[in-house]
Amino acid sequence: MDEAFNIPEPQSPLPGVSVSTDQGLLQWISSVDHKQIGIMYMLVAFLFFLIGGVLALLMRIQLAVPENHFLSPQVYNQIFTMHGTTMIFFVLMPSVLGFSVYLTPLMIGANEMAFPRLNAFGLWMTFFGGLLLYFSFVAGGAPNAGWFNYAPLNEKNFSESSGIDYYALGLFLSGVGSVATAVNLIVTILYYRIKGMRIKQLPLFVWMVLVNSFLILAAIPPLNAALSMILLDRQLNAHFFTTGGSALLWQHLFWLFGHPEVYILILPSFGIYSEVFQVYSGKRIFGYGFVAASSVAIALLAFGVWMHHMFAVGSGLVVNGFFSASSMLIGIPTGVKIFNWLATMYGGTIRFTVSMLFAIAFLIEFTIGGLTGIAFSIVPIDWQLTDTYYVVAHLHFVLIGGSFFGILSGLFYWFPKMTGRMLNEKAGKWFFWLFVIGFNGTFFIQHILGILGMPRRVYTYPDLPWYGVYNFISSVSAFIMGIAGLLLVIIVYHGLKYGKKAGNDPWNGFTLEWMAASPPALKNFDSLPVVRSRRPLWDLKHPENRDDE
Amino acid sequence: MENKTMMKLIVGTEAMFFLCLIMAFVYLSFVSGFSPGEQQQLSIRSTGLFSMALFCSSGTFWLAERNYNSGNFKNLKRWLSVTILLGIVFLFGQGREYMHLLQEEQIKISNSLFGTAFYTVTGFHGLHVVIGLIILLVLLSMIIAGDFNHGRSSVIRTAGIYWHFVDVVWLAVFTVIYILPRLNLLK
Repeated sequence: MDEAFNIPEPQSPLPGVSVSTDQGLLQWISSVDHKQIGIMYMLVAFLFFLIGGVLALLMRIQLAVPENHFLSPQVYNQIFTMHGTTMIFFVLMPSVLGFSVYLTPLMIGANEMAFPRLNAFGLWMTFFGGLLLYFSFVAGGAPNAGWFNYAPLNEKNFSESSGIDYYALGLFLSGVGSVATAVNLIVTILYYRIKGMRIKQLPLFVWMVLVNSFLILAAIPPLNAALSMILLDRQLNAHFFTTGGSALLWQHLFWLFGHPEVYILILPSFGIYSEVFQVYSGKRIFGYGFVAASSVAIALLAFGVWMHHMFAVGSGLVVNGFFSASSMLIGIPTGVKIFNWLATMYGGTIRFTVSMLFAIAFLIEFTIGGLTGIAFSIVPIDWQLTDTYYVVAHLHFVLIGGSFFGILSGLFYWFPKMTGRMLNEKAGKWFFWLFVIGFNGTFFIQHILGILGMPRRVYTYPDLPWYGVYNFISSVSAFIMGIAGLLLVIIVYHGLKYGKKAGNDPWNGFTLEWMAASPPALKNFDSLPVVRSRRPLWDLKHPENRDDE
Repeated sequence: MENKTMMKLIVGTEAMFFLCLIMAFVYLSFVSGFSPGEQQQLSIRSTGLFSMALFCSSGTFWLAERNYNSGNFKNLKRWLSVTILLGIVFLFGQGREYMHLLQEEQIKISNSLFGTAFYTVTGFHGLHVVIGLIILLVLLSMIIAGDFNHGRSSVIRTAGIYWHFVDVVWLAVFTVIYILPRLNLLK
């Protein structure tokens, strides 16, 4: 058998998963097509979402009643660590990047990313990073120092199992993958736009991807530096964060990454909302320039606020005051956007599709999350509430109510484009209400638990007044979210199998991706009109009322 | 253009990485466990000499690139080989310095905070020199194989961006770790 092994050339846009032909699984694995890679990113996210969701439910079972011994403290530590790490690095990151690599070329009228093989590299680094993280379970124990892995708890003498080594390696790999993808996205956006499309005419989603990619390039290196250091500490007995070194250095490096990271997770969702609000309101965005520019402002401010995660370490009033003020500043560009979206809806003919419902719900949930965030930037409030369930409530309101609602909104919006089939809207509305009710029931009440003084990350709690009741409500609601998650699996499966055929443009969209076939052909576009405005498809449909005139 | 932009972005993200490492070094140098006496053991003269090799290699690469642009492949190969040689000389110097510190001064990554920070920063830089050398060696063998004989390619220019970056990083590392402590600015 000297025959050279040939990488299969794809014959259809969405090959199956059979293993007997080279147009199945092998084609997916060897693919360098941005659409297949985007879909695989989302499948990776979906897989880890199910795992991370089960971990969350295990925690809520443990916390449902006081003095519970369903999980041991050791196991509980591993579970909350793995839940947070999974959801942030292997659910939200791949979803965000998946939408970015799937849609960016389509929305700017390109046929591929600038570096297709680098694109595949990014995907597989993320996936293998996730596998490496989960390998820790069979290698003696998962990481157990929280998703931000504080020193000195992450050191060998406090965490003997090799879990944290796998944490460092897994996140390092996926971080390298994210950087590669970010580089690829920037070059694609800068050089592969269709003729006539100027930077100021990019669809807002692509604008967010562009800003976000720069954010990734600047934010991932501090994490990688910190991960290298912890590996050196643990493997070669270096002294970065141990006695003699400085445990605080870890916090500085981690949050220099960690704060921009939460914006990395939300900016693409902001982009998704900006598209969704326009199309389902039948209006162009109100204040395009403000939406774009405020994102740049958010990206820059992201690097000047990291110490608000560290108010409790005692850095002195001047430092705390500075970071308190800079954190409050974040509220301005974010608030600007909320008004942009509200004004986009104002006077529009709104269609309440599932996608739009998630976008509207986002406005409410994210405003709540934003307000609790502003409260946190006030140092005395932070001192009072730090490390309580109030923090847990706040971060879930912004990460789920902000980022994840955007992912769901985007899923219901672009699913017809990706698969050529519609999702069932009626079942989708059931999913929406179950998920939103479950989400608020789980997390809103945790604000109160935090104010009552319940510390986070402790495996059980004494039977103090209200603790048991509130935690029980929270746990029941978490299971409502779990049921909603299962329903989503069914909706997606049903859509893939039996969904109504979607035309090229089921939502009466404005941007170029709706000109491609559904699902887009191997080559996205054969020909496209010259782009002269921000809504090229609108111009084509309404020659009498073009944007550029 | 795409290749060059790609490399500039990668260099940008790498610069952030080294900024973090160097800032960590500075941060740790204010921690009480940090021994300035150990830092005084660094030989600014011999390391400075080997640093010159690396700094010169940026110049020789520039010459190589100029010869590529004018189509003089003989000189291109010559200057590229000199660049690689200078890179190896620098690494030899780093190895020599490590040997000295490890064996005669007993400064290890595990027994001193200075050692921890020093070996990490310089080690990561050395790793980048090694990667740069691999890139240059691949480039040289491609040139010898005649891959660049026809048409103009951005590959040499792109590799150059990386090589100059490795050089600039060392300038920063050398300034912060070797020169500034002598000037008593950090203490």
